[in-house]
Amino acid sequence: MTTTVSTTRGGVGDSALRPDGTLKVTGEFAFSSDLYADDMLWGATLRSPHPRALIRSVDIGAALALPGVYAVLTADDVPGERRYGLEVVDQPVLAGRSVRYQGEPVAIVAADHPETARRAVARITVDYEVLAPVTDPEAALAPGAPQVHEDADDDPRAGHSEPGPDQPLGTGNLTRHVPVRRGDPAATAPVVVAGRYEIGMQDQAFLGVESGLAVPAEDGGVDLYIATQWLHVDQKQVAACLGLPADKVRLTLAGVGGAFGAREDLSMQVHASMLALRTGRPVKMVYSREESFFGHVHRHPAVLHYEHGADTDGTLVYVRARIVLDGGAYTSSTPAVVANAATLGVGPYTVPNVAIDAYGVYTNNPPCGAMRGFGAVQACFAYESQMDALAAALGMDPVELRARNALTTGGLMPTGQLVEGPAPVAELLRRVRDLPPAPAGADFLPGGVANTTRGEGVVRGVGYAIGIKNVCFSEGFDDYSTARVRLEVINGRAVALVHTAAAEVGQGLVTVQQQIARTELGVDQVTVATADTRVGSAGSSSASRQTYMTGGAVRAACRLVADRVYARAGVPEGRLRDGAVLDASGAVVASLADVVGDDPIEQTTEYRHRPTSPLDPETGQGDAHVQYAFAAHRATVDVDVELGLVKVVEIATAQDVGKAVNPQAVVGQIQGGTAQGIGLALMEEIQVVDGLVRNPSFTDYLIPTILDMPPTRVDVLELADPHSPYGLRGVGEPPTISSTPAVVAAIRAATGRPLPRVPVRPEHIVG
Amino acid sequence: MDFHAPGTLADALAVKAAHPDALPIAGGTDVMVDLNFDRRRPPALIDLTRVGELRAFGADGAHLRIGAGVPYRQIIDQLAARAPGLALAARTIGSPQIRNRGTLGGNLGSASPAGDAHPPLLAAGAVVELASVRGTRTVPAAEFFTGPKRSVLAADELVTAVLLPVAPGPQQFAKVGTRTAMVIAVCSFAVALDPVARTVGTGIGSAGPTPLRATAAHDLPLPWDTAGPLDDDLVRRFGELVAAAARPIDDVRGTAAYRRHALGVLARRTLTWAWDDYRKGRA
Amino acid sequence: MRVTCTVNGEPREADDVWPGESLLYVLRERLGLPGAKNACEQGECGSCTVYLDGTPVCACLVAAGQAQDAAIVTVEGLPAAGALDPVQQAFLETGAVQCGFCTPGLIVAVHDLLARVPHPADPEIREALAGNLCRCTGYEKIIDAVRLAASRA
Ligand SMILES: Cc1cc2nc3c(=O)[nH]c(=O)nc-3n(C[C@H](O)[C@H](O)[C@H](O)COP(=O)(O)OP(=O)(O)OC[C@H]3O[C@@H](n4cnc5c(N)ncnc54)[C@H](O)[C@@H]3O)c2cc1C
Ligand code: FES
Ligand code: FES
Repeated sequence: MTTTVSTTRGGVGDSALRPDGTLKVTGEFAFSSDLYADDMLWGATLRSPHPRALIRSVDIGAALALPGVYAVLTADDVPGERRYGLEVVDQPVLAGRSVRYQGEPVAIVAADHPETARRAVARITVDYEVLAPVTDPEAALAPGAPQVHEDADDDPRAGHSEPGPDQPLGTGNLTRHVPVRRGDPAATAPVVVAGRYEIGMQDQAFLGVESGLAVPAEDGGVDLYIATQWLHVDQKQVAACLGLPADKVRLTLAGVGGAFGAREDLSMQVHASMLALRTGRPVKMVYSREESFFGHVHRHPAVLHYEHGADTDGTLVYVRARIVLDGGAYTSSTPAVVANAATLGVGPYTVPNVAIDAYGVYTNNPPCGAMRGFGAVQACFAYESQMDALAAALGMDPVELRARNALTTGGLMPTGQLVEGPAPVAELLRRVRDLPPAPAGADFLPGGVANTTRGEGVVRGVGYAIGIKNVCFSEGFDDYSTARVRLEVINGRAVALVHTAAAEVGQGLVTVQQQIARTELGVDQVTVATADTRVGSAGSSSASRQTYMTGGAVRAACRLVADRVYARAGVPEGRLRDGAVLDASGAVVASLADVVGDDPIEQTTEYRHRPTSPLDPETGQGDAHVQYAFAAHRATVDVDVELGLVKVVEIATAQDVGKAVNPQAVVGQIQGGTAQGIGLALMEEIQVVDGLVRNPSFTDYLIPTILDMPPTRVDVLELADPHSPYGLRGVGEPPTISSTPAVVAAIRAATGRPLPRVPVRPEHIVG
Repeated sequence: MDFHAPGTLADALAVKAAHPDALPIAGGTDVMVDLNFDRRRPPALIDLTRVGELRAFGADGAHLRIGAGVPYRQIIDQLAARAPGLALAARTIGSPQIRNRGTLGGNLGSASPAGDAHPPLLAAGAVVELASVRGTRTVPAAEFFTGPKRSVLAADELVTAVLLPVAPGPQQFAKVGTRTAMVIAVCSFAVALDPVARTVGTGIGSAGPTPLRATAAHDLPLPWDTAGPLDDDLVRRFGELVAAAARPIDDVRGTAAYRRHALGVLARRTLTWAWDDYRKGRA
Repeated sequence: MRVTCTVNGEPREADDVWPGESLLYVLRERLGLPGAKNACEQGECGSCTVYLDGTPVCACLVAAGQAQDAAIVTVEGLPAAGALDPVQQAFLETGAVQCGFCTPGLIVAVHDLLARVPHPADPEIREALAGNLCRCTGYEKIIDAVRLAASRA
């Protein structure tokens, strides 16, 4: 492998500052909800109040009659394909004959003021025939269960789309079943622990709600300014639904206020475009926070049954599990989430005998799809809870039990895949364990400033967990990113322009692109162009993959540019540093600006990670994943055992990032991801009863405040991966995965309660 | 929608009388949420923030008079000594931004069962002052609420002030929420000791259709004379009486059983703290 | 209705305001100042925090007409003489900004905190910023930013 040691200021390995930082601190950065166009109209959406109903009729007359209303559109107005979807084309742009979840869009309106649009929406009358919703995933799988997708003319299975690997799909309400079989599925062991675990529905709760601006173009197409995670997959779906060729649907990334998976699926993209094309005017749509809860997919709630068998010395003999993930009404990315839960289902441990079955199920609950951790989160809560239960059954230290079974380089996953890169599982655990304990006191007791205790009932507990995550797209998917790099001379200096379609969602990808170009081309000044569809796809800002993939693409394009510089300068084995061209011996041959001169050098290239293969549909065997990433957490909590209130006192974490391309940003990802895991452990849940969401607001869907977050200690390891650019490892997801079970383990240590469900509520603690 | 911005109380009452279905707005921390979320479309708003009379506070005979328009920030900063229970509650309301704007009058106007200012008013035996062009009347806080989000406030009336007996003894307030800050109460509890009348005032929040009192605990036989330590049985009995007085339901924020349990715990703890203060005061 | 006020020191006027509109909408959509953000419009996130007559408030909870004659300062009004405010500079340097959606509101809240308490202890920082949600950072670097800005004061 090539490790580039950075000598360039602001290059790889430096904590370079964000290029968009100044605009963000002054309030000038344009988020998708900040866009404005002369003459623009406001869009609004009518959504179904019912989780399952047939639509008998829709009357838009009264809405159209309202002054200031320019268009009211329903399913019949969708110009092209009436459905869209990431892996399976099954989600209606606007509901036609039936609605399958509460909040499904039924009609859209464009008006001159948001209030006019809201009033118009209120005047649309829909005649529903309300049906009993299918809400229990286990019951939905039973033979004879009512079918979520039963009506013929709305058959969701109509189309199969790219991108998305050709997933083996289930029948009936089964979205996908992934079995994993290794060794003897019926193995026995002297020590056995079994448990049932449950994960509530978590929301990504990004702060920047769904929003965007669609501008009709003279060529009959549309220009869409949008906050998304993957411009090209949006473009493809929007174009199909508008019945336009892809080149007439041009997307530009508008400022993204966080994503975390919630922007992988379409929200208002087609709606705003339809309204713009119909009215001939720019249309802006901005969801409210309440609407946002209905406007995107959530993390799959799950029920997981696990059985672990071990020898008396703690060596794992077998793991058997049944994992049921509620995918809600439409497919979204459920098939890939199911595969992750199954293939990562034993955790970062070596287990000779494995029998796991993971199922994704259709119900009339809100659709679920991508969220940071993507299937690995649910499994990790269960397997780490099991490891603690096993340690207790064996009378062993929970860290030692984990270390004894830790996956190592050269070990095998339950899929049979060889773990080639570093797998410092035991080391990460020991590092968090060996940190000094959290300080004895705490700034805040459980209850914070609400004066619930002066120490009465407060018990401290410490818990550990470790998790595993795949990085990049798996199962044979053709995963690539495209970068265009241009080197030119401006005001006598060589400068680089990097252009990709990769979505900066807050993670700092724009910084990373600059850093790589600085390191590779030896220039200071690097401009990252706004991401848009005028350059090839970068793939999604998900699966912890963008630094790897778009970073890899930028590096590759830079190296092609550099090769042309060397050719021009006549130095075969050259190098670029500090604006100069060096020969193999390191001597300066020419200034880069002189070599480039008036003739800019531009290269565009695609970067692919090494190929993966699909899983065997019967055994789940296959080299399905590209790279594995690991993080361990130690949580220290104070629990008021009488009131059931918890204050996390400290979180310590260790994570191997391969190479910290931007150390400050890496730590930021780890802290932010950890916070989301703490949220799932203690408070975050979309409560759904009979298919109806009970808490679609920030008043009752609670995310951690600054008072809920403890100080964090972050220990970053850099063990280079031989296959990835600079040896880096995806960073974004692992911290979200193991923080949840670590916090719950700590609460169990303090209370002795079993706590098989997250989020843990006070009533679970006081029992 | 119309917008009225009266500058005096007399003007405000006249506008309210002329437009009984106009909605008063003070800090706006409840009203604006309803407007933004399209839950409410009143024909008009009456802005009370320019009515100077509502922002005044100070001694009024044996009472502390707090204008309906006094924001929580001021209650915390300036009234903690004179209205300790209310100030403790105010500190738990929303966030700094909410406390900068939100008012006692708005909390009463909304009459939410989860209003955190209500339990300390009940515990302290506060009186709510209501005014209209017809005149002024006072209603004990315990009789102000008639149901969830309902009160005795007439269509032409405004809340003008709250009258609190100057605290004769220690007061406490505690609130349970599922987040460490910025959270609506799962349940809350206020206690106010009156060493003169030898009574224990109580207020229970978020555990019934209205804020409630544990009237059975009013005459709890505390060792007022000796000021000795409280005996465990007495403390336990107080917790039971408070839990029994609650009428909680299951909802997204918590279960009825948990609320009852937690109120018992809060009651025991806050009584103990208040009693410790009483003993220190006597020592 | 018409609303007249001063924003960032300049007299401003908005016409045809619907009385149910919030100050946030007026700032963002009528006065061309989208710095204050709109993450919840229910007072829960603090991304819309602005100074209203010197007090930090959620602009989403102020009715447009309540801002009549008021002096408003938004994040756009904090940099002085072309230089970033020290709080803005500290956010930039410490990595307290990821997606940046929470940033404008937080910067106003921190600006107010440091004006009142120049050297706040950590618990004071946390209590003062409890009304500003951030989903990206886990808050640790935001606290670093407050400490850095305070140390330079
Ligand atoms: C993010 C957030 C967090 C919150 N957290 C809490 C909390 O922790 N605890 C809590 O108790 N509340 C909380 N609230 C609710 C709210 O802040 C309080 O109820 C507050 O006291 C309302 O006061 P206001 O001045 O803002 O009222 P407004 O919103 O202006 O008015 C509320 C109601 O009272 C009426 N009203 C106002 N003044 C008068 C008057 N003088 N006479 C007659 N009627 C009047 C109005 O017409 C309206 O019906 C929270 C709100 C938000 C947005
Ligand atoms: S937008 Fe105002 S507090 Fe969230
Ligand atoms: S940086 Fe994204 S919400 Fe704070």
